[in-house]
Amino acid sequence: MSSTTIEGVPPDPMLERRELIQQVAHKTLKRRMLRSKVVVALCGFALLLALIPLFAILFSLVQKGLRWWSIDFFTKSPQFPSLLYPNDVGGIANALVGSLVIDGLAAVIAIPIGVVTGLFLAESDGQLANALRMTAEIMTGLPSILLGIFAYQVLVIGFHEWGIKLPGIGFAGIAGSFALGILMIPIIIKASENALRSVPFTIREAALALGARNGVVSRKVVIPTALPGLITAVLLALSRAVGETAPILWVIGASTVVTWNPLHEMAAMPLQIFQSATSPYTSLRAESWGIALSLVVVVLFLNLGSRLLAAWLQRERR
Amino acid sequence: MVPVLVTQTPSPDGDVRSGPVAMRLEDVAVSFSGRTAIRDATFDVPRNKVTALIGPSGSGKTTLLRAINRLHDLTKGAVVTGKLMLGDTDIYTGGIPPTLLRTRVGMVFQRPNPFPTMSIYENVVSGLKFNGIHKKSVLDEAAESSLVAAALWDSVVDRLKAHASTLSGGEQQRLCIARALAVEPEVLLMDEPTSSLDPISTRLIEELLGELKSRVTIIIVTHNMQQAARVSDLCAFFLMGEDRAGEQIEVAPTRKLFSEPDDQRTLDYIQGRFG
Amino acid sequence: MSDPLLTERTKLFSVKSDWAYLFILYGVSGLFALICVVFLISVIVSSIPAWRHSGLSILYGRTWSQASDSFGALPIIVGTLLTTAIALVLAIPIGIGSALAIVHVLPGKARIYASSLVELLAAVPSVVYGLWGLLVLAPWFEKTVEPDLADITNGHWPFDAPFEGVGLLLAGCVLFVMILPMIVALSRDAIAVVPNDQFEGALSVGATKWQVLRSVVLPAARTGIVGAVTLATARALGETVAVAMVIGLNPLFPHSLFSTASTLASTIALEFQDATPLQVAALGALAVILMAMTAIVNWFGRRLIRRSGAQAQFG
Repeated sequence: MSSTTIEGVPPDPMLERRELIQQVAHKTLKRRMLRSKVVVALCGFALLLALIPLFAILFSLVQKGLRWWSIDFFTKSPQFPSLLYPNDVGGIANALVGSLVIDGLAAVIAIPIGVVTGLFLAESDGQLANALRMTAEIMTGLPSILLGIFAYQVLVIGFHEWGIKLPGIGFAGIAGSFALGILMIPIIIKASENALRSVPFTIREAALALGARNGVVSRKVVIPTALPGLITAVLLALSRAVGETAPILWVIGASTVVTWNPLHEMAAMPLQIFQSATSPYTSLRAESWGIALSLVVVVLFLNLGSRLLAAWLQRERR
Repeated sequence: MVPVLVTQTPSPDGDVRSGPVAMRLEDVAVSFSGRTAIRDATFDVPRNKVTALIGPSGSGKTTLLRAINRLHDLTKGAVVTGKLMLGDTDIYTGGIPPTLLRTRVGMVFQRPNPFPTMSIYENVVSGLKFNGIHKKSVLDEAAESSLVAAALWDSVVDRLKAHASTLSGGEQQRLCIARALAVEPEVLLMDEPTSSLDPISTRLIEELLGELKSRVTIIIVTHNMQQAARVSDLCAFFLMGEDRAGEQIEVAPTRKLFSEPDDQRTLDYIQGRFG
Repeated sequence: MSDPLLTERTKLFSVKSDWAYLFILYGVSGLFALICVVFLISVIVSSIPAWRHSGLSILYGRTWSQASDSFGALPIIVGTLLTTAIALVLAIPIGIGSALAIVHVLPGKARIYASSLVELLAAVPSVVYGLWGLLVLAPWFEKTVEPDLADITNGHWPFDAPFEGVGLLLAGCVLFVMILPMIVALSRDAIAVVPNDQFEGALSVGATKWQVLRSVVLPAARTGIVGAVTLATARALGETVAVAMVIGLNPLFPHSLFSTASTLASTIALEFQDATPLQVAALGALAVILMAMTAIVNWFGRRLIRRSGAQAQFG
């Protein structure tokens, strides 16, 4: 192996090893580098593959949905296609208003409960708080259709059985708000706990040192400081709720007219998309793209809004 | 009275610079996105000796060191100019693939970085395996040899399969030294190897260097001048210049640099006037 | 600013808190806890009549028919597992590969853009995925993809059913797109946390980039990646609307990739409308099964993510 043996000197194992290593390293180099290049390229390719669906969906949405956008589309109620006017499907004002009311009400329900519970978790450390925190985490991971079942059991059947007077058989927009509210609460809890905890202790200390009681401190000092983070939390939860279909699938009934009364049956955008896309009428199926585009715009707006706000927060804090 | 720092191994001054040369640097400069980090590095690295790069922080010593095993290839916008010769070939333009270069020029980092998911044994032989050597007898032999050289063999011989994280900080660093030695490099680069270790481990490793240099040529960056005085044979002193770029001030055998430096700035540094 | 985890918190009782404040905090949190408990109970209770009617045969029975009130959910459970499996088979390599690409191949700015784009996919509502799957992918599958696959494999199982577009394969593919962002984002976090020191350490003994990734980075990120995949599995198991729109809702045993099938969530969603009380209870039983599956898988996933230190931004 060694090519540098000197007369009378025993070969140095270290030098021999060095030569061996260099030999083998040289020999395997090409193969190793080729493999590295190929695999790394495959990873890049995987990334491209991962991005294709996004662009495909956005493309389809714009291509097929944009043409539906018009003033009429957003202000008129739907009409069933008739034989004379098979393409006149009217607008989606009922679904827009419905979504607005249902999601708005859901937020009204979810924000106080979510933020206050988040405050509780931010302020305590014991077993109880841990259990509650875990519960919130588990709830965020549950399939949303279970919430629909819950809303149905409690509200629709409950309303009916307990004789609460409502038009229809207990279906109402408010049942949807209830389900979506429960969906939003755990999300808000998690995010607001984080936001509240990141308020520096020194701020709280200063207020306490001035003699304020804990409740006042929280209300007047901690929450306002954490407000941007809390708003981010709410926007995030809202962006999720606005797009959800499963929880409201069978509890809000249906309505082809615009109604602002949550005790009434209502329509909502995601539900409308679902029904139109699976309907046998071609015009309705085509229309679902227009509704979908509107929904995606709203959701992206909320989502990006919350992300930008969070990023702005990071910068401000530093 | 200016305290004179004396190296532990007194050797005639002429010795260090007149022996065989492992590496040669000529006007080496490193810049990042146009901003120069270090320039004018010119010196010969004597074979089987310890060369120390010293100077206050910010003087570009580590940047220079990392240019020698081409770690800057990973950084976007990094440009290395000048001639960096390993033996007869230029490291950058001589056609040596960086992967191969790094088997000839190894590195030990500032903070011990053993691979956490591998056992002690696997850590040591990882370099060999990466380069295609899988024969158990060769791996075993190399592992033992490098662990002995890193003064770690006795501590770990009965727990070679244990995870590297079970070792103490000083032991982990010696493990990293063993790992670097296992591929039998010609040159070993050490980037402030003891700065995160306790004094006892530091001492151990410093003693190690004296024995290791018969096996590899060592280039060590240290901001601790006493350490440099203790372990090195040749010293290169760097300073951050007006333009915030590091520049080489003086290169001399350690004994001379620490007793009669040529440059006033070197004198100021070793007398502790700054740094 | 201060690390939320290190911030000291005033214990509620250690500082003088007024009575009203405590009342509100405990009260509202209690309300939340109560809602969760009532939720759990109502789902379970709603299913009792079904368990009484069919007992455990719900779990292993092979016939699910509303008409004859027989409630064997095995084909539905199998459908759920199969669609999830298809989604995972596609999402794991592509997801992990993408994550590696984002962290170790892309340069700085592109990294942020790519991550944001992938996360944008996560924001798309599932009904829109269903819409796209039904109106765009299904015809394509029916006319091109499925016939091509059958050609390549000569109609060999599992590519041998009539081409309908909708079915197991399509549902699996739509699910794949839906869980991809989760796997990419969480794996990316796990991979990014591996210290650069180690990357350089491996490089400095002569490893190629792939060798470093395979032997050092991926093993170090392993816990986080497995956590990511687990959470994605839970998501896939419970996905309702998108799957309902593309699976064809057929409660029989799927015998090929092209067959229509059913999943737990989609069955609940679509059969609820005209169900008799007993049938509602049976769907409730499906809900209980689904809830148990997802809760357990989720719990494992979150533990792994926490252990790995990666950020869980999802949910």
